[in-house]
Amino acid sequence: MSSRKRPSNPQSASQPRRQTGGSAAQEEDDDVAFTQPSTSQVQRGLEKVTEAQVDQKSAEVVQYFLLKDQKKVPVRRADLVKHVVKEHRNIYPEIIKRAARTLDQVFGLKLVEIDPKNHMYILVNNLETSGDASPTTRPTDPKRGLLFVILSVIFMKGGVVRENVVWNTLKKLRVDPGEKHDEFGDVKKVVTDEFVRQRYLEFQRIPHTEPVEHEFRWGQRAEAEVSKAKILEFMGQLHDRDPQSWTQQYKEAHSSQNSSQQAGGSSQR
Amino acid sequence: MSRQMGDSHRRFLQTMMANGIIDEQGAKTLHQHCCQTHNAQYAPDRLDDFIDTINSKLQPMFMQIRKGMSEDNGHQYYALVNMVENDVTRMTSDYADNELELFRKMMDLIVGSEDGKLSSIDILNSADSMTTKKLKKSEVEHLLNRLVQDKWLSEKRGEYTLSTRCIIEMEPYIRTMYQDQVKVCHICHAIAFQCQICENPTCGIKIHNPCVARYFKGRTEPRCPACEDFWPHEIPEVRRLRSQ
Repeated sequence: MSSRKRPSNPQSASQPRRQTGGSAAQEEDDDVAFTQPSTSQVQRGLEKVTEAQVDQKSAEVVQYFLLKDQKKVPVRRADLVKHVVKEHRNIYPEIIKRAARTLDQVFGLKLVEIDPKNHMYILVNNLETSGDASPTTRPTDPKRGLLFVILSVIFMKGGVVRENVVWNTLKKLRVDPGEKHDEFGDVKKVVTDEFVRQRYLEFQRIPHTEPVEHEFRWGQRAEAEVSKAKILEFMGQLHDRDPQSWTQQYKEAHSSQNSSQQAGGSSQR
Repeated sequence: MSRQMGDSHRRFLQTMMANGIIDEQGAKTLHQHCCQTHNAQYAPDRLDDFIDTINSKLQPMFMQIRKGMSEDNGHQYYALVNMVENDVTRMTSDYADNELELFRKMMDLIVGSEDGKLSSIDILNSADSMTTKKLKKSEVEHLLNRLVQDKWLSEKRGEYTLSTRCIIEMEPYIRTMYQDQVKVCHICHAIAFQCQICENPTCGIKIHNPCVARYFKGRTEPRCPACEDFWPHEIPEVRRLRSQ
């Protein structure tokens, strides 16, 4: 049974690279090497392989995505091609199509391209998870709560806030970013490094500030995964106030509803 | 198996992916929860069918939800396992080469041991004989914590055993790798680490501790089910399932 080939060591294949300026140039290079094959090229490519081979490859791609999703690291198309798809790159579109179908139909996860320029993918849950009173509680990550608070602050303040606003809010909740927290460890690192790497947050320097200041925005994963309507609902409960009274936020939450959270979308199948 | 998966199946699978393993009672409750959340038909006695439907779709990915017994309390568990790399290579994404070497050594020792247990001293000693980059004492301790946290090992009072999930997942691998050494339970026919052994030298069958408890329950004079000799070990009590 072990004769079947699998991505045996995907980790070493693509160590989660820091998305910093230094490696960006090299990443571009990798990706240029792969050009998306045309439809006719795919057609011709498909004639040369068996149906089973295509399925096999897409199964490997599914596994690769699931593995990366455990750590919430986005998958780069270049890495996927280089380490998993390999010699079948000429039929890449067909493989990714089948992998996306399996992820959706079997796992209830949607494959989303968050960065069309650099071709980065993440998995987004199709099933409603907030308010999920599951009896076997998932090993709930306390960091989710921290993240939710920060996303709420950013959203309620109009989509972008200076870092001080976030730090002060956290301090009010007795989470001091300057101190080591029992649950989160180095809070500042979790927020500005881990959440940023996972694409939940964007953390950018504000130009021409002295001393240096940064601002927070929602990252692409948050846009795809987190329901703004849910956040507003939560804020309403917290402040005992009708969510509709925040007119701007309400409008945004309910207009972006379709493009972001599509919970239950797979239930019609 | 032609039955289609619904969102109830998908939610069940997602929870299994997040947890790795759940006990039978937990699986039953989860089954009910998933069906009710998605207004799917719920048949309490059809859990295994429900899981079969998921498994039929998981098969192309060489994954499976597999059932097995905990050697510790004798209860049934469901674990999400990977079928192809049921070698430790499956762990390569989380552990360094030298850490895997130590884990393999620990497996060797556990399989070869009488009682399926390993003390932390034994582990530290075997870390001294590593061929790849040696691990420091503190690194070994850190690794053990991670292995317990990731549910590959269980720890009780400084003694380590293979976790239930590890045994369920690696059973085929262990059977092939350790053909001559591996013990098999006479009652349930699964591989056995923590077990009692018949003291009749011509017999020597093994029985899991929980299987012993169930098999001899209520018998005044326990005798070996194979050779009829007196069973000289202490008979453990049957551990009850936690109530609903």
